[in-house]
Amino acid sequence: MNEPRLDADGEMLCLNGVTKTFNLHNQGERTIPVVTGVNLKLNAGECMALMGSSGSGKSTLIRMIYGNYGCAAGEILIREEDGSWTDLAQADPREVIRLRRHRLGYVSQFLRVIPRVATIDVVSEPMRLAGASDSESRNRAAELLTRLNLPEALWDLSPTTFSGGEQQRVNIARGFVHPYPALLLDEPTASLDKVNRQVVLDLILEARDRGAAILGIFHDHEAREAVCNRFLDVEEFKAAA
Amino acid sequence: MSELLRVENLTKSYGRQRGCTDVSFELWPGEVLAIVGESGSGKTTLLNCCAGRLAPTGGSVVYETRHKGLIDIHGMSEPERRFLMRTDWAFVHQNPRDGLRMNVSAGANVGERLMAVGARNYGNIRNAALDWLSRTEVDPDRIDDLPTTFSGGMQQRLQIARNLVSGPRLVFMDEPTGGLDVSVQARLLDMLRDLVDRLGLSAVVVTHDLAVARMLSTRLMVMQQGRVVETGLTDRVLDDPQHAYTQLLVSSVLQP
Ligand SMILES: Nc1ncnc2c1ncn2[C@@H]1O[C@H](COP(=O)(O)OP(=O)(O)OP(=O)(O)O)[C@@H](O)[C@H]1O
Ligand SMILES: Nc1ncnc2c1ncn2[C@@H]1O[C@H](COP(=O)(O)OP(=O)(O)OP(=O)(O)O)[C@@H](O)[C@H]1O
Ligand SMILES: [Mg+2]
Ligand SMILES: [Mg+2]
Repeated sequence: MNEPRLDADGEMLCLNGVTKTFNLHNQGERTIPVVTGVNLKLNAGECMALMGSSGSGKSTLIRMIYGNYGCAAGEILIREEDGSWTDLAQADPREVIRLRRHRLGYVSQFLRVIPRVATIDVVSEPMRLAGASDSESRNRAAELLTRLNLPEALWDLSPTTFSGGEQQRVNIARGFVHPYPALLLDEPTASLDKVNRQVVLDLILEARDRGAAILGIFHDHEAREAVCNRFLDVEEFKAAA
Repeated sequence: MSELLRVENLTKSYGRQRGCTDVSFELWPGEVLAIVGESGSGKTTLLNCCAGRLAPTGGSVVYETRHKGLIDIHGMSEPERRFLMRTDWAFVHQNPRDGLRMNVSAGANVGERLMAVGARNYGNIRNAALDWLSRTEVDPDRIDDLPTTFSGGMQQRLQIARNLVSGPRLVFMDEPTGGLDVSVQARLLDMLRDLVDRLGLSAVVVTHDLAVARMLSTRLMVMQQGRVVETGLTDRVLDDPQHAYTQLLVSSVLQP
């Protein structure tokens, strides 16, 4: 998928007919239809909120775009640096990894901690993997951890023993350390106090201003209104059970 | 970039007993592939065939050599293959006793690998051994001790030092954290992850532990009864498994 398929200039992400059903082979061959025929277009500089009740498929959609869940039908097109488009639904593992390194960031709902790796390294890693030097990455990581009010005394420790809110701030710093052109956020402000929630909202707005295309899930109504300029109700694509 | 190792339709049977059947995959420089599956599913058999330690019954294992391009390792002469195994490759056994010489010192275990690739200067060899002991977190003061006086975790780290000192491009590991207690495992894993990352090594890792696979590998291959039943990006195979056997494997552990 290398010829440009869309003409509009600022388009970053484009979903056509995206469908997801889980087939549970060991539970009586049960199938769980989640969404059918999701279409969406997202431009650089936009932040779109995915809305819908619990279980409607918001996280599933985000994980499909990140390549963490497979996509059985439809296209998930992401814009490459040279303007061409790649279909993540068809991409092989190596391509998904390349896109995750350079084009597509993801802040999951919870940090997956790796024992013994220092916080500063957890946070700076994505920037190093994207090609920045050790010192540049560490400086940027330090800057973000400072903004997120994570005490410097914790930077050399593994986040294993951190509180839920501290882990989430590490997770957010990690997600924002490299300036990805597209960013996926799954409840980034959950479990944060007011001060830190505002820092995260500022980070999102700054990312939008530099032209990132952002797709996010925000349970908190105020947060959503503060940063999103587009809204999509996932229930529209509810699959027939 | 292109492949470092290409395995095609690899089959190994032990008489009437099936080892592994019709396995194919490619490994590129810097990639880590994990192989998971139940006991007896053929993981060790496959790894041994790929690493040139066991002759397959069918199929091929092609390796991108530094000077001669792609070569079928099972078509090489025995000395050629041995040379490759000593220089370009490393093999980390589940039981460190199978990968170490237990009756010579820790330093000699590491130094031997260097001498095998032509190092002669005693001082340099000893310094390299000291360096690798500390990189694998073995107290350099223990350099003259026999591995028999080491704990299981220390022996495993020494085995890794012995394997990596000669600068291999491809590392095969069979259950590198098996038989170690959980805290020692975490330390070893973190060390392996860091080494693979910093040295840009390629690796094929056999494990029955899905958390180990998640932490070390970018791609995952699931085996059942000698065959590959599912393969793909590690986190996708673990979080959205498609095959009934993979679903069973994933659902039988807590948060892999
Ligand atoms: N890996 C999976 N295997 C099987 N079913 C899954 C998997 N992930 C999600 N589901 C199912 O897909 C549906 C959508 O789940 P999802 O997590 O996307 O909901 P959500 O909209 O994010 O809800 P919430 O607001 O509660 O986070 C649910 O029925 C869920 O059980
Ligand atoms: N030398 C041998 N002679 C005969 N059969 C063998 C031999 N080695 C292995 N097998 C058989 O081949 C099959 C695959 O064995 P293998 O050691 O590859 O399994 P594995 O997946 O590594 O299992 P485990 O997780 O228990 O180590 C098993 O049925 C085993 O009994
Ligand atoms: Mg959710
Ligand atoms: Mg085995």
